Amino acid sequence: MAIVEEKNQLSLEDKLFTVRRKHLSQSHITVDNRLCGECLNRICTYICPAEVYIWDENTCKIDARYENCLECGACRVACEAIEWVNPAWGEGIAYKNS
Amino acid sequence: MAECEVVIVGAGPAGIACGYVLAKEGVDVVILERGQYPGAKNMFGGIFYADQMNKLIPEFYTEAPVERFVAKKHYSLLINDSEICLNLDLEEHKKPPYNHSYIVKRSVFDKWFAEKARAAGATIICGTTVTDFVWDDDRIIGVAAGSFDDPENVLLADVVVCAEGANSILSEKAGLRDRLSMRSRCVSVKEVIELGRDVIEERFGLTAREGAAYEYFADATPGLLGDGFIYTNMDSLSVGVGVIISELYGCENPPSPNQLLERFKNHPCISPLIKGGKTLEYSAHMIPMDGYKNLPEFYTDGLMLVGDAAGFVNNSICHEGVNMAMASGMMAAETILENRDRRRYDARALRRYEYRLKNSFVLQNMKSSRDFIDILRTNKELINDYPHIVKDVITSYFMVSDVPRSTIKSNIVRMIRGRMSFAKAARTFASMLKGGI
Repeated sequence: MAIVEEKNQLSLEDKLFTVRRKHLSQSHITVDNRLCGECLNRICTYICPAEVYIWDENTCKIDARYENCLECGACRVACEAIEWVNPAWGEGIAYKNS
Repeated sequence: MAECEVVIVGAGPAGIACGYVLAKEGVDVVILERGQYPGAKNMFGGIFYADQMNKLIPEFYTEAPVERFVAKKHYSLLINDSEICLNLDLEEHKKPPYNHSYIVKRSVFDKWFAEKARAAGATIICGTTVTDFVWDDDRIIGVAAGSFDDPENVLLADVVVCAEGANSILSEKAGLRDRLSMRSRCVSVKEVIELGRDVIEERFGLTAREGAAYEYFADATPGLLGDGFIYTNMDSLSVGVGVIISELYGCENPPSPNQLLERFKNHPCISPLIKGGKTLEYSAHMIPMDGYKNLPEFYTDGLMLVGDAAGFVNNSICHEGVNMAMASGMMAAETILENRDRRRYDARALRRYEYRLKNSFVLQNMKSSRDFIDILRTNKELINDYPHIVKDVITSYFMVSDVPRSTIKSNIVRMIRGRMSFAKAARTFASMLKGGI
């Protein structure tokens, strides 16, 4: 588990690994990809604390890695093409230390 | 289709406080929480302003899982690789009730508080995500978790209290607020970093249950409206940054919140404080930045908003939130109790809730810092230029050299004149005093 050396630097991947979760049985994020090709800003690719949204140059689509979501909701505030709902039945994050 | 008197959406400080007050009066109240347990989805910086909690459960701090009380406050400007700070170490804050400021972990504390409400008679159901309200014409008569077609998913109630938090999806559905704007929310990230108890006490100069709350401004989030913080838990530190979402939109090479946090952690004045620690948990959350002028409607027929859902966070220097959340939850409960014998919870009856808010510190404090964010937003020199001027003044004044003091002083005055307008600064500070803090 996330051992940090002197500088306390940890990759995002390792940080996300520290969060306990109940497995998400389905995606709680839908991206309306028709709008993404023309989007000049793609704020979703940098606003997300878990960097869930990745622009795929080949398919011209935003790929949402919803399993990494920390459920803050910043993406849905930042972009209207993102439909974000709360995961159901206790799925998703379960903080122990925050 | 199940029924109860009051249903509360969300087991955070606002929802639990509301449920606790109602349960004590024998009301049949159900709290629905989407997390696996109360606190599972809850996160904040770290300081619990507890005057309301102390009213509800006197001397709660003797039994509640609080990490430390806030004995030291440290307000700091980070400027490039330097730091200038104000350290508050007040004897008055080191005696019970410790200026009502405690450092807690919400995932632990909220669980404890929820148990108190449960013991008082509230029903708390976890792992249930409310997806919509149930309407009878224009009136809200309950909540649904999933499809309406299955009556198992529906819970009817005389009145609903929405304590869903900062990501206010349901409040939008109820038509009480517009779609959240990028200006109205801050995105915050935090790492809880494990360090030995002794190490923390030594580094921050603490004893026993004393804790420290360090707040960082200016280059904590360089060029952006935001801040950074370090709070001491018992044997870990909460280290985080927050930034208003609209600040990142349209800025050049925008950093992600995680990159901002890494930059903050690597600041030469921060890294020695967290050195050698092990990250226990990474978390993220939004903070309401609605401000007094853009608050939602607080009620409609059959529904009241409390806590973050209603935008009750004071965006000034103290950023109080939990106390206002709890107070609003308690006021919603009092309003319900007042109307209980008539079972009338239409908008007219619930107007008393807003009346209570207006006559309390909740809306009065929000009002007194109504312009804080706007002033910072429209006077970017406050975060981008003034801290640098302050630093340069202090640097030159404290410089050890054979240049006579009189020369240094006149150089300083000339430098300040060249870099800022006194008239404008005076106006900004005056408006800050009037409507900012």
